Amino acid sequence: MNFEFSDEQNQLRDQAQSFLSDNCPPEKVRKILEGDEPYDKQLWQSIAELGWLSTVIPEQYGGLGLSYYELVVIAEELGRALAPVPFSSSVYLASEAILQFGSDAQKQKWLPRLATGEAIGTFAFGEGAGRPSPTSLKTAAADQTVSGTKYPVPDGDVADVAIVVTTCDSGDGANLYLVDLSGVQQDVVSTLDPSRSHARLTFDKTPAELLGSAGSGWGMTNQLLDRAAVLFAWEQVGGSQAALEQAKAYAMERYAFGRPIAGFQAIKHKLANVYVKNTLARSNCYYGTWALDENNAELALASATARVSSTQAFYFASKENIQTHGGMGFTWEFDCQFFYRRAKLLSVNIGSESWWQDRLITAYEQSNQADAA
Amino acid sequence: MDFNDTPAEATFRQEVREWLEANAPSSEELRGLDEIARSKLWQKRKYDAGWACIRWPTEYGGRDATAIENVIWGQEESKFSVPGGVFGIGQGMAAPTLMAWASEDQKREHLPKLASGENIWCQLFSEPAGGSDLAALRTKAEKDGDEWVINGQKIWTSGAHYSDYGIIVLRTDPEVPKHRGLTYFFLDMKSPGIEVKPIKQISGGANFNEVYFTDVRVPDAQRLGEVGQGWQVALTTLMNERAAIGGGGGGVGFNRVYRLAQRVTIDDKPAIEDSSVRAKLADWYCQETGLKYTGYRSLTALSRGETPGPENSIGKLVGASKMQDMASFAMDLCELSGAVQGELAEEYGMYPGAYMGAPGGRIAGGSDEIMLNILAERVLGMPQDVRPDKGIPFSQIPTGANN
Repeated sequence: MNFEFSDEQNQLRDQAQSFLSDNCPPEKVRKILEGDEPYDKQLWQSIAELGWLSTVIPEQYGGLGLSYYELVVIAEELGRALAPVPFSSSVYLASEAILQFGSDAQKQKWLPRLATGEAIGTFAFGEGAGRPSPTSLKTAAADQTVSGTKYPVPDGDVADVAIVVTTCDSGDGANLYLVDLSGVQQDVVSTLDPSRSHARLTFDKTPAELLGSAGSGWGMTNQLLDRAAVLFAWEQVGGSQAALEQAKAYAMERYAFGRPIAGFQAIKHKLANVYVKNTLARSNCYYGTWALDENNAELALASATARVSSTQAFYFASKENIQTHGGMGFTWEFDCQFFYRRAKLLSVNIGSESWWQDRLITAYEQSNQADAA
Repeated sequence: MDFNDTPAEATFRQEVREWLEANAPSSEELRGLDEIARSKLWQKRKYDAGWACIRWPTEYGGRDATAIENVIWGQEESKFSVPGGVFGIGQGMAAPTLMAWASEDQKREHLPKLASGENIWCQLFSEPAGGSDLAALRTKAEKDGDEWVINGQKIWTSGAHYSDYGIIVLRTDPEVPKHRGLTYFFLDMKSPGIEVKPIKQISGGANFNEVYFTDVRVPDAQRLGEVGQGWQVALTTLMNERAAIGGGGGGVGFNRVYRLAQRVTIDDKPAIEDSSVRAKLADWYCQETGLKYTGYRSLTALSRGETPGPENSIGKLVGASKMQDMASFAMDLCELSGAVQGELAEEYGMYPGAYMGAPGGRIAGGSDEIMLNILAERVLGMPQDVRPDKGIPFSQIPTGANN
């Protein structure tokens, strides 16, 4: 048993943290949030040059062939920096889907381009409000084409390729398709966090290639969500930690009643509770990472555990950060809003807290732990 | 990072399992014995075979096991229904303090008897006027030749009525600021002048006591640390206390409440199918695994030679409230019969008892509020509270009518 990152992984963390503090300060996040650019292209380019996009992609497809331990270290730092780039869509979802379910030809075609950042990928899943299911989906496929509307699709406005979930008459009721987005209508959708762009994708007999076997798309979607959830959870933990540090720094400097407000128990206990939630979420992320890297039978349970606790931790840390700042935290000028926006965006991007709570219990029911209980 | 056993750990686990299977006491053997006799029987059997307090050095009755081996032992032992509990304070709190502060002769005399279960120890810290503000304690010790004479009162002393020895913090100088006037000792609980009176708790039990001291004499040789250094010595004990209390959940864990939710119904369907039940259970599962893996991360730090810090306070803080909330929720799941306990109760009649015991967990060993202060001050580095008693002699600190 060993429950810590290796020295090399910690070195990578230090490098990533120092790179992002130089290249992704809060002003960069603000620039994307307030401006028309969908993402920080310069940052994306640098991240690609560092090889982060290709961390777990095998060397034969142009990647670094490292483990998920390295990828989660990067995920945490991107979360901490609130990086305004399409990393989660392209790496945790599109690259993962092709890596897990693609044919060799599909991998040869897309992974080298995704690895260098030359192509951006995304996962086109949702079709408006409500929890998706195979029967709720309307996007359909026929004769190697897909038709239908997907929204909101994270980074759908800038993506070159999408994994599209469609209905299927047989099997588990769904299929996955690999769709080249050139020629597809990509309309920008406004969200509460404009530092990350979203789109509505309209497919109309768009040429598409089946990904994985027919009639097993729902199972693959769930596997993909389980894998991505661990990576999202690390971004959330990184964001929670940064929000806690911002709240503490402000409380130490802000004076009221003749002393720093950090000295009052109302503030101390609030931030100690943030620390507690963050710590539990982080420990659960360790559990999730182990299951992800081993791709073992505990993945569904471990990823839901990491996801639920990180979603709760980031929401709590980001709202109490604003509260600690008082009126200033509610101003546009202050950066507290970035965390509050990102916390909610990440919590719905791959499914809500209550969905993941339900998935957790389902995973528990199907695990060895329930048998042993 | 690797959650699996190494080959050496797997071999060790197998060895532990085989020994436990062959030696764990049967219910037959334990029949008719009281809790103390049961605990002593099992502890002695472990000691004789070299499986008691395995993390301790061999010369003090242990096995020189690693922190990870100790966890493996705990995991495997918990799969058996074995007696225990009365040695927690002695082995978990007094022993680490003795190891850090006692003389070599004292360690060789007392630690093996703690490991074998021959002696039970208690902790005499809290007082009517010194709980969360422990350093405000007033029970005094005055030097008389080679001995100290103790007068005053302790309270909330678990197991004082059956303990052989106690660790105690006393006021030896009221004319200096409060933390500097304390000294730490251990003493024989059979000493003349000690009177133990049980306190009945809201849970109905009487595990803890008031302990009165009237001219009780303790040799100076039983002082741990220097005169006036008692607070520092006490911190050794307290850090171990929080680590020890953090482990327990009073039998109310996720698995048990999950099974209950499978058996009881909501609208004719198993309660576990109800989405609000699932959401609550999921949150507790997250807390339970979060605590478990936070503990394992501390162990990794420990096995690398790092000192576990105040972050251990999390276990007790989260665990105690979780147990309270789960007990309350489990009773809700039983609907109209949720409050039933005793003879007529079904197998889940344990929850009212857990519910009544839970408030104690949130207070014992440092209340929730003290734990939050510790995390804020010592982990996050936030300022201490304003302290009107700071820097002034203990004898001049104002006190209220209720203490």
